[in-house]
Amino acid sequence: MNQATTATGASEVVYNEDVVRKFVLAATFWGVIGFIAGTFIAFQLAFPALNLGLEWTTFGRLRPVHTSAVIFAFGGSVLFATSFYVVQRTCRAPLFGGPLLANFIFWGYQLFIVLAASGYVLGITQGKEYAEPEWYSDLVITVVWVAYLIAFAGTLMTRRISHIYVANWFYLAFIITIAMLHIGNNITLPVILFGGESFAKSYIWASGVQDAMTQWWYGHNAVGFFLTAGFLGLMYYFVPKQAERPVYSYRLSIIHFWALVFLYIWAGPHHLHYTSLPDWTQTLGMTFSIMLWMPSWGGMINGLMTLSGAWEKLRTDPILRFLIASVAFYGMSTFEGPAMSIKAVNGLSHYTDWTVGHVHSGALGWVAFVSFGALYYLVPKLWNRTRLYSLRLVTYHFWIATIGIVLYITAMWISGIMQGLMWRAYDDLGFLQYSFIESVEAMHPYYVIRACGGVLFVLGALIMLWNFIKTIQGDLRTEDEFVAPQSAAAE
Amino acid sequence: MKHEIFEKNTILLAIAILITVAIGGLVQIVPLYFIDSTIEKVDGVRPYSPLELAGRNIYVREGCYLCHSQQIRPFRDEVERYGHYSLAAESMYDHPFQWGSKRTGPDLARVGGKYSNAWHVAHLIRPQDVVPESVMPMYGFLANKELTFNDAGAHLATLRAAGDPYTDEQIAAAAADFSAQASGEGDVDAVLARYPKAVVGDFDGDPSKITELDALISYLQMLGTLVDFTTFKPEGEMAR
Repeated sequence: MNQATTATGASEVVYNEDVVRKFVLAATFWGVIGFIAGTFIAFQLAFPALNLGLEWTTFGRLRPVHTSAVIFAFGGSVLFATSFYVVQRTCRAPLFGGPLLANFIFWGYQLFIVLAASGYVLGITQGKEYAEPEWYSDLVITVVWVAYLIAFAGTLMTRRISHIYVANWFYLAFIITIAMLHIGNNITLPVILFGGESFAKSYIWASGVQDAMTQWWYGHNAVGFFLTAGFLGLMYYFVPKQAERPVYSYRLSIIHFWALVFLYIWAGPHHLHYTSLPDWTQTLGMTFSIMLWMPSWGGMINGLMTLSGAWEKLRTDPILRFLIASVAFYGMSTFEGPAMSIKAVNGLSHYTDWTVGHVHSGALGWVAFVSFGALYYLVPKLWNRTRLYSLRLVTYHFWIATIGIVLYITAMWISGIMQGLMWRAYDDLGFLQYSFIESVEAMHPYYVIRACGGVLFVLGALIMLWNFIKTIQGDLRTEDEFVAPQSAAAE
Repeated sequence: MKHEIFEKNTILLAIAILITVAIGGLVQIVPLYFIDSTIEKVDGVRPYSPLELAGRNIYVREGCYLCHSQQIRPFRDEVERYGHYSLAAESMYDHPFQWGSKRTGPDLARVGGKYSNAWHVAHLIRPQDVVPESVMPMYGFLANKELTFNDAGAHLATLRAAGDPYTDEQIAAAAADFSAQASGEGDVDAVLARYPKAVVGDFDGDPSKITELDALISYLQMLGTLVDFTTFKPEGEMAR
């Protein structure tokens, strides 16, 4: 079937695939940049000479470049690409607003990324994690986001299918909630309004404990809605498509959708356990974080069980392997997260590398893997190729990246738990056993291992990039088909 | 099954989502502005002096919070290592808060007065000279960047709009207070009257000019020093 057009009744729908192609290319480009940036700053922590003694290349300035590049530039571009692809097909309608609005969204978003990232290197930052862009970049993204909502919701409203497909509920929740969080967390006063000389500098309106709560209401739900709800939308389209099976349970998708969007918002205070935030807020945050385990696993079950009756495809389809491994990683991180939100556990894990490892098991294992799966699915379709240049290369990518993730998260578990234990260790005489710097020194080997995990992840992404270049050029590598080994047990 | 009404109406679905996601934040954030016990009533906490504020802006600019927390938890080991646990009041003038979420380096909530100015200069220029195992970047470039804060009054006025109790007098005198605190020359008594416990003098060892290093060290040297914990009495749960 031709993917670009589809016949519905009398009229023919022409999908806007141009914007999807652009965002796919942007996602691939920013992914490689973001992974390299992350690996570089990982090496900086192992070998501080790599900070180069220059103001523009310190860990403090490059770390937001890494986080924004992977979350907003890579992850964001994947979400734009897939949401535009999915919403048009599941609504049998062209993208609302036409090519003009779509191009405005694409170039506006790229402008935002470049404005934000160049600011970080020059030291322009609000000083709030994952919300570093200053007020002028915030305004740019606000306009782009409104345009995104119009294009997406407009397409839903002009659909030629009676029901809104489940993937679109998640995408819509992601778009609306990110808008709310972005505005709530970035209420800031530029000094230029008060006669100041600096164009870029502003002061956040909230302060101290209220700002902390607002920040982690935002920060945790950047995870909850950008990196979870949005990508669950992606999962609900691409897993069934690639597996050629319907979604496992429609009822489960309704229950876990509403539970997820309601509960996630409350989980922010688990980033502030034992701080000056009032106890009642911390307790609420912990309670809801634990409850959040259930809808998270609801999503995981719905994704994994979509394969029921088709598990053997994992042997022969490396794209499906990416998608399903990502859902398994999602299940693992969303089990680890509630565990870490328990105050007694958090007392040990907070401020340590354990948190960093947890984030990356979700970010690399879930977000990046499900994105890779979707990108591998999309590229041959968008460029009208019969298949990818090479499925063998997808397999190499999968295993190299998986080993990279395993190195990363095991190194961070060990270093994080070791850090936490060293900080609270007492000797026989009742004195603190270790000075702080001894804990820093003990981290060195794990920082090296973690950085090597990052190298493998970058290598995998470069293989993907090569595969895409060859596919788009129209090359097909001559390869044997993957054959499933014969099972000994008769079915 | 009545879920169909959401699946067939985009506007209804969008409104239902917005209501569902708004509740948690409203319950957790809004009361923090109205419940009196959220921020303890303690003596000594004051808005930042212009020099300290300039230093704090450098701290934010360089992303120090990505490796250093400013929040001591009420655990025995943290109190022994860093000092009295942090109070909400101590960050009430922090726009934005800098509690941090990672300790690649130690907590800095009470680093003020712990080390000499000379130690900070040496440490910021090349941390490994002072602490060989350190993984901190070198910040020697701060010593070469001369700092003027001519629009200090505008910064204070911005913060007043955000709720900090700066007076007209403080705003008018901001630029003068900035250079007086950094040089020890001029009306130092007025600076100390406006900003009690401010650390005055040349910080970076080069009295000929005011640099970003001066400002950053002046900020580090006042961190956690404003509340007098010999007289502080905790209330509520912490009093038990």
